Amino acid sequence: MKIAVCVKYVPDASARRTFSADHTVDRAAVDGLLCELDEYAVEEALRIRDDADDGQVVIVTVGPDAARAAILRSLQMGADSGVHVADQAIHGSDAVGTSLILAKVLEQQGADLVICGMASTDGSMGVIPAMLAERLGLPQVTLASEVVVKGSTVRVRRDGDVATEVVEATTPLLLSVTDQCNEPRYPSFKAIMAAKKKPVETLSLSDLGVDAGAVGLDAAWTRVVSAEERPPRSAGTVVVDEDGSGAGTLVDFLVHQKFI
Amino acid sequence: MSEVLVLVDHVGGTVRKTTAELLTFARRLGEPAAVFIGAEVEVARGFLTSYGAEKVYVLADPELSDFLVLPKVEALAHLVEASSPAAVLIASGGEGKEIAARLALKTGSGLITDAVDVQAGEAGLVTTQSVFAGNVAVTAGVTHGVPIVTVKPNSVTPQAVDGAAVEETTSIVLSEAAKTARIVERRPRESTGRPELTEAAIVVAGGRGTGGDFASVEAFADALGAAVGASRAAVDAGWYPHAYQVGQTGKTVSPELYVATGISGAIQHRAGMQTSKTIVAVNKDREAPIFELADFGVVGDLHSILTAATEQVNARKG
Ligand SMILES: Cc1cc2nc3c(=O)[nH]c(=O)nc-3n(C[C@H](O)[C@H](O)[C@H](O)COP(=O)(O)OP(=O)(O)OC[C@H]3O[C@@H](n4cnc5c(N)ncnc54)[C@H](O)[C@@H]3O)c2cc1C
Ligand SMILES: Nc1ncnc2c1ncn2[C@@H]1O[C@H](COP(=O)(O)O)[C@@H](O)[C@H]1O
Repeated sequence: MKIAVCVKYVPDASARRTFSADHTVDRAAVDGLLCELDEYAVEEALRIRDDADDGQVVIVTVGPDAARAAILRSLQMGADSGVHVADQAIHGSDAVGTSLILAKVLEQQGADLVICGMASTDGSMGVIPAMLAERLGLPQVTLASEVVVKGSTVRVRRDGDVATEVVEATTPLLLSVTDQCNEPRYPSFKAIMAAKKKPVETLSLSDLGVDAGAVGLDAAWTRVVSAEERPPRSAGTVVVDEDGSGAGTLVDFLVHQKFI
Repeated sequence: MSEVLVLVDHVGGTVRKTTAELLTFARRLGEPAAVFIGAEVEVARGFLTSYGAEKVYVLADPELSDFLVLPKVEALAHLVEASSPAAVLIASGGEGKEIAARLALKTGSGLITDAVDVQAGEAGLVTTQSVFAGNVAVTAGVTHGVPIVTVKPNSVTPQAVDGAAVEETTSIVLSEAAKTARIVERRPRESTGRPELTEAAIVVAGGRGTGGDFASVEAFADALGAAVGASRAAVDAGWYPHAYQVGQTGKTVSPELYVATGISGAIQHRAGMQTSKTIVAVNKDREAPIFELADFGVVGDLHSILTAATEQVNARKG
């Protein structure tokens, strides 16, 4: 079974993230890392591979040179190889452009299973998996909180807003997993050393046969008009409940604000 | 005036509040046209009429609900083709965003997710999104195709206006691709008797600081008529079901009042509640980051404070 995992390199969420002048996420200003939600996708791939007779896991990422770090981290977790698409023309791509590039790579890879995270922690749109299913014509089995693979059948639990659904499809298919799915492993020292020898291929858009004009900021179908920092919420009144009066002042506040 | 398609979010015909919000936004942009997928339009009709749907497209084929996501995309794509709407509005949420994503590709249209405001601009609609855990407000528009927009719950006060709700029944032939991810089982979430978390006007949430005992959180929520939420730490500990998790990987809520108790205020938690109108925090640590965004805070033990506050609220109500 060949499994491709899409991972994204994202700015660290604990740092202060900003926009550049062209309204794209400023990726140079803060350190990046493998999107934490994609660790669950890598982990699920490793588990499925290890249960299969012969399996391999290839990591795919689209992003700047530094994004190689996301592949490396995935290889350290135990993936077998990586494909990194890097090209100046990609800068500013929206989900439509990014999914176009990813779909090309995935077509070339011809995996039985494509696994994505539930959302990237910077954009957090959670739309790339559905777009990939659309572009590749693969069954979409997304937002899985539990995955069971039996031969070519994949059965997942999907916790929706109003109901829990059990969804079933057969490979090849596209899967995305939530953070309820598993507990991502922490790479061992041995695995970190072993990762250094694993192959990572770097591809440009022309290697993939993607027209540079079809991606990037100018090709986006949406346009950001403005990005303004909100004034930080000003901290309000804080009272210390020393003598048991805290509850009373809290209720007074709620009454005053007409919540009661 | 062009139609604006609104995908109706419903459970067995009982329409969710977000749909009224979408219809309210739709009226700003054109003529609200509801798209009802399911067999129970009878149940939904009154609601759709009273929030201003001028038209209701009905697709009742049960097959549309047997498979994940794609049948709804094909239904909407068919209507986009047939009625050239000014925009399509869908409630944000896991499935809503996936439907919107595929619809955008199928119809060659720009997609905007998680809008908190939608306005009619001179050059087409203008959306506002709240990004980076609510720290930055982004306004955007669509430059290609029919704008497909997903809107976060509680972004606008629904306006009751009478709509004609003229029904038009249509059907589509599903592609084979739409029948590949079969829903083999569906278990509706059991009702707690409390308001739905994402729709509630008030949310009382508990975190690791509850120590696993949510009784005082629930009692205070009930006194206020609120929904109960939880931090991931509380969910991971098995103290409260994941369906109630607020934050980046849980639900996004935007109530009038959010009461965070025993929650430190990590960035991933903030991502799910920062757009709440009023924030109240109860935490025994004065230095907890949650106090930075609280309009009102009490430093102390949540159990004793909530228990006493619950008594006082109930006493006031008589
Ligand atoms: C990718 C990713 C996604 C995540 N998604 C989410 C998410 O969706 N939602 C989410 O909530 N978190 C999420 N997290 C986790 C988040 O980073 C925090 O770990 C989590 O929010 C902490 O929960 P907490 O505030 O309940 O616990 P803590 O941070 O441990 O805070 C507990 C608080 O309770 C206070 N306290 C203790 N006892 C009492 C008492 N008796 N009375 C009053 N106060 C008391 C303490 O002072 C402390 O401030 C995510 C993390 C990652 C990496
Ligand atoms: N640039 C990218 N490279 C590879 N995978 C990506 C990229 N962007 C998004 N993904 C995948 O798509 C998922 C959802 O991302 P998003 O739609 O951006 O929230 C992520 O969890 C990844 O699995």
